[in-house]
Amino acid sequence: MRSNFTEKRFYRLLFALALVFLAALPVSALEVPPLKGRINDYAGILAPATARQLEDVLKNFETAESTQIIVLTIPSLEGTSLEDFSLRVVEAWKPGQSKLDNGALLLIAKNDRKIRIEVGYGLEGELTDLVSGRIIRDIITPRFKEGNFDQGVIDGIFTIIATVKGEFTATSSTNRRQNNNGDPGGMFIFLLIIFSMLGKMLHSIPWVAAGIGAILAPALGAITLGLGGLGLLALAILGFIFGLLAARMAGATGGSFSSRYGGGFGGFSGGSSGGFSGGGGSFGGGGASGGW
Amino acid sequence: MRLSSFLSHSLMGFIMKRFIHFGVLIFITFALSSCGYNSLQLKEEMVFKSWADIESTLQRRADLIPNLVATVKGYAQHEQETLQKVIEARAKATSVQLSPADLSNPAAMQQLQAAQGELSSALSRLMLVVERYPDLKANQNFLDLQNQLEGTENRINVARQRYNEAVELFNGSIRKLPESLTNKFLLHLEKKQYFKADEAAKVVPKVTF
Repeated sequence: MRSNFTEKRFYRLLFALALVFLAALPVSALEVPPLKGRINDYAGILAPATARQLEDVLKNFETAESTQIIVLTIPSLEGTSLEDFSLRVVEAWKPGQSKLDNGALLLIAKNDRKIRIEVGYGLEGELTDLVSGRIIRDIITPRFKEGNFDQGVIDGIFTIIATVKGEFTATSSTNRRQNNNGDPGGMFIFLLIIFSMLGKMLHSIPWVAAGIGAILAPALGAITLGLGGLGLLALAILGFIFGLLAARMAGATGGSFSSRYGGGFGGFSGGSSGGFSGGGGSFGGGGASGGW
Repeated sequence: MRLSSFLSHSLMGFIMKRFIHFGVLIFITFALSSCGYNSLQLKEEMVFKSWADIESTLQRRADLIPNLVATVKGYAQHEQETLQKVIEARAKATSVQLSPADLSNPAAMQQLQAAQGELSSALSRLMLVVERYPDLKANQNFLDLQNQLEGTENRINVARQRYNEAVELFNGSIRKLPESLTNKFLLHLEKKQYFKADEAAKVVPKVTF
């Protein structure tokens, strides 16, 4: 009875400790805020009309040339270094198209009075550290000193656009989603086809089909996606179930599993595009910092 | 009746045979890919690639220095000694280069870190000294160079971080089973050295006015 009581207390203590740790974790570093659009005015320094106008300008520019430019304003850096935070933001948001790396970020920390332009690999040739520094020093800072944040950001963005204009064309972005190796959607469909073939072959012995599925799925997963551990286990279970199902289905109707269900699954690989998101650009710390 | 049962038997036998062959093939590919033979070499390649990135950023910094020195010289004749130190540190730093094999050599890495650290501290001393020359600080050319130098230092930091992450991944996996066995008996890859931020460069140099 008593031991039961202490055990209960022990678990309660453990739970409380876990809560404390969970609560303490996110405070350790300034978090990257969620990406809302091309203009992320968390410091509230831009007029709504300015934000809308810039959003349109940047959207049109991206449609024309695939280059992604994002603005982020934050109230304070909370003691984090400007360069560290800026790099974390672009690593999370990934502006610019993958492989082209044509993204850039204009970061403004209001209370620290600091500005940074972070430049993706693909734009480093035009938007050099030197040019970024001049844009901050000669274009943005004078406006900010007058307290005119709207004009400063507008001028800064237009200068950045003018600098990188013509570097890329939109055609290069149209096939950006295709050269994505390790595509789980395609892998899934491929597996379905294999299972349906097995099902046809082995419809009289469904357990063998299930066994093949259980071996085949994780093996293919390991080879094509580089999965390991739990992922492989999950695939083994999935493979087992689908192998069994495929054999049953084929046995019952003689039809192929993939032709009946493949269409439904095909939808989910392309269904995730809706709101704005970064295209997967990489950054190496290029750009410039300044302040007003 | 007998014919059909014979047919179904031989068909079953055929399928089972195929199935076993297939299983063995799958097993071999699976075993090879899970023992880390390929992934270890890929991870080592990542270390080499990220080291090349560090080298190119270090080279970029070295290339900036002659221009910087020339610009500062025009305004700050009294700082010959500081400028001379920068030039010497640059010469020393560019003379130390590591080959991919040297990445496993603690002494070679130490030597490179020391040389680059010396250059970093000579540079930061120079940037402190120029605070005394308002004309220089207003000079467009100098401001541009300052931006380029800062950008390069930032790139070095980023490249260093990524290199160290690649080394951590590689060093970790040659110690873990089953990759450690693959490495011990087949690959014989060596542990890689981290590129640490130099302690001397972190201390802000004191300048007496």
